[in-house]
Amino acid sequence: MPAAFVGDEAAEPVTKTPPSTRKRKLVDSITTSATSQPPATIELPKRKASKTTTASVHDANADAEQAALPATPQTLSSDKPMDSDDDLNSVASSGMLGEAMDDSSVDFDAADSDDDGLEDFQDDESAFESQPKDLRPAKKAFEVDFNVYSPGDIQHQQDRQVEEVATLLEQPAEQTAILLRFMSWNKERLIEQYMDNQEEVLDKAGLGANMSSNPPRLEAIDGFTCDICCEDEPGLQSFAMNCGHRFCVDCYRQYLGQKIREEGEAARIKCPGDGCNKVMDAKSLDLLVTSDLTDRYHELLMRTYVDDKENLKWCPAPNCVYAVECGVKRRDLTRTVPTVNCDCKHAFCFGCTLADHQPCPCALVRKWLKKCEDDSETANWISANTKECPKCGSTIEKNGGCNHMTCRKCRHEFCWMCMGLWSEHGTSWYNCNRFEEKSGTDARDAQASSRKSLERYLHYYNRYANHEQSAKLDKDIFHKTEKKMQLLQSSSGMSWIEVQFLEAASQALQQCRQTLKWTYAFAYYLARNNQTEIFEDNQKDLEMAVENLSEMFEKNTDQLAGLKVDMMDKTSYCMRRRVILLDDTAQRLKEEGWTFNVDLK
Amino acid sequence: MAGMSSKRLQKELVKIQGTLPPGISLVSADNLREWLMDLSIPDNPIYPPTDTYRLRFLFSQSYPIEAPEVTFLPLQSPERKIPLHPHIYTNGIICLDLLDAQGWSPVHNVESICISIQSMLAGNTKAERPPGDAEFVRSNRSRPRDINFLYHDPSV
Ligand SMILES: [Zn+2]
Ligand SMILES: [Zn+2]
Ligand SMILES: [Zn+2]
Ligand SMILES: [Zn+2]
Ligand SMILES: [Zn+2]
Ligand SMILES: [Zn+2]
Repeated sequence: MPAAFVGDEAAEPVTKTPPSTRKRKLVDSITTSATSQPPATIELPKRKASKTTTASVHDANADAEQAALPATPQTLSSDKPMDSDDDLNSVASSGMLGEAMDDSSVDFDAADSDDDGLEDFQDDESAFESQPKDLRPAKKAFEVDFNVYSPGDIQHQQDRQVEEVATLLEQPAEQTAILLRFMSWNKERLIEQYMDNQEEVLDKAGLGANMSSNPPRLEAIDGFTCDICCEDEPGLQSFAMNCGHRFCVDCYRQYLGQKIREEGEAARIKCPGDGCNKVMDAKSLDLLVTSDLTDRYHELLMRTYVDDKENLKWCPAPNCVYAVECGVKRRDLTRTVPTVNCDCKHAFCFGCTLADHQPCPCALVRKWLKKCEDDSETANWISANTKECPKCGSTIEKNGGCNHMTCRKCRHEFCWMCMGLWSEHGTSWYNCNRFEEKSGTDARDAQASSRKSLERYLHYYNRYANHEQSAKLDKDIFHKTEKKMQLLQSSSGMSWIEVQFLEAASQALQQCRQTLKWTYAFAYYLARNNQTEIFEDNQKDLEMAVENLSEMFEKNTDQLAGLKVDMMDKTSYCMRRRVILLDDTAQRLKEEGWTFNVDLK
Repeated sequence: MAGMSSKRLQKELVKIQGTLPPGISLVSADNLREWLMDLSIPDNPIYPPTDTYRLRFLFSQSYPIEAPEVTFLPLQSPERKIPLHPHIYTNGIICLDLLDAQGWSPVHNVESICISIQSMLAGNTKAERPPGDAEFVRSNRSRPRDINFLYHDPSV
């Protein structure tokens, strides 16, 4: 597959670009590609024009591919000059070779970009009809726009804002930074209040006129007793802000140590005095913060910038230093599930910062997790890893992610989830993903109904937990497969690139099971109506696709090479089913078309 | 710094052993880690004047920079009950903003905490437990300082 090879190589310089803002300017790309050049923009004569267009073509593609790789280097969207036309071409072409396997090590939605009828354009659909499919910016209903920022980017953003406001207020940058932090980076409010009453704002932030004539300093005051340590020896160094609450230097430093080191506060540390709301100003902090705390202090100051902004969040992955920007507001969370992809590859929900839980809205996730926790004792037996063969009764341990079980002893084939015959699953898979509401004759009996509601819950929980468990097992199998891949390379003469299909398949499984898992929590809260069936059909289709792919991992290494094409097909089919499910669910959520049996707020 | 908490507690102890406001008394302060105080509430029919309530103070090395852990302690003999109050759970945990990191000021001390809790009880008009008391008491494993209480009703 030479195309894949070229694509991968071409993508190289892009991946090596230092982590920078990955722009996903969908709107820009739509307008540019719709109004201006046809796709063959790579050789446009005018340098400037070709730059912009290439960037947008690439962005469009990145959107089509959902994950943010290959990265859009800063150079494409800023006005720094391109290094050479070669770079330009390679970036563009890597984006254009949108075949599944090119970028699939990270990026599965590429698989659907060449599919038909799946794209769902919200407007201007006709504008794209003459465009080659690969260039279509396909923003799905379940995708949101976001940017990923490195600590450097964040610092840069802060600096830029400070600069901008400093010019307006005619204050030095250092003071402006203090003012902005004091106002929680709400620059409109700062400017407004500053214009209104300059002295008061400066005073409150600790920058008032008497501050410059009378800078914060340590003093020894006769007859002073520190109310914190009760120390009263003569010559005791003490400090007070203009609220007058005076404490000894040691106590002040201990207090700041507690706030900065233990409580993670920096920008809004209050006076230690009882009930005093005076926020410690930067000058006083500079005077009192000891050198062992300054690094932490400045780190925290930078963090408050992200914490203060509603459209910024830190990536919750352990040790990840990136922040993500997204415009989705709290109030939007009943109508959208904003999954964002950090550059560290962690996909998380911008709304609640839990790991990606599409298609299930945050409120339902919260309720579901709470419920699982509360009911964990009753539900414990479900996660048990062994069951008995329905035919011969011998104990069977589930050791792979697949639900298709074959009893080692009697060769009986059955489904792990429902224990039904596997042969019947081809046509009646329904039994496995849908909870059949049994006729309500015994519903009058309160006991029966509580048992029934537990049964209903267990039905969904069982499937939810199964996918969680299977994802882990799939991963274990993949790690074994990784070793197989090395064998495969030497025995079949396939290159490293060519055996990547295994990794692609494994990642597709992980992602799809993650989605499936949450479809069961979603379904649990879904009120039954004719909409539900479409959802269950989509769920069933994805589930079947996933089981088919998962099953292939249990094959022997010597068979794998021969299964490559089949596996790639199944991988891209899985990803396609996932997109269909997510897109349809998100679209309806947006239109408030789902009816839930609980309140989403 | 171990010196800080012990120095301050020693000074507090000297003062407490001298005088204390009515209804507040020192039970024991044998070490600089745990003190016991007794409390009675005047003029509130919810709390009969014959009833006495026991408070346990636990101090960390960073006291008074860090708030002490203060809870009511139930006892058979002498009988010490957990006072009925919408901010006091049956396991003795008190939901009081003064006692968490945000509301604490190192200027507070054992005496001022006792006074605050005493007046919180004296002014109480609701003879009830916090909402979700049973559930909280059953499931809570955290130390009081690690619980995020919602101070939805500071007037109580
Ligand atoms: Zn002091
Ligand atoms: Zn003060
Ligand atoms: Zn991350
Ligand atoms: Zn969420
Ligand atoms: Zn069997
Ligand atoms: Zn089944």
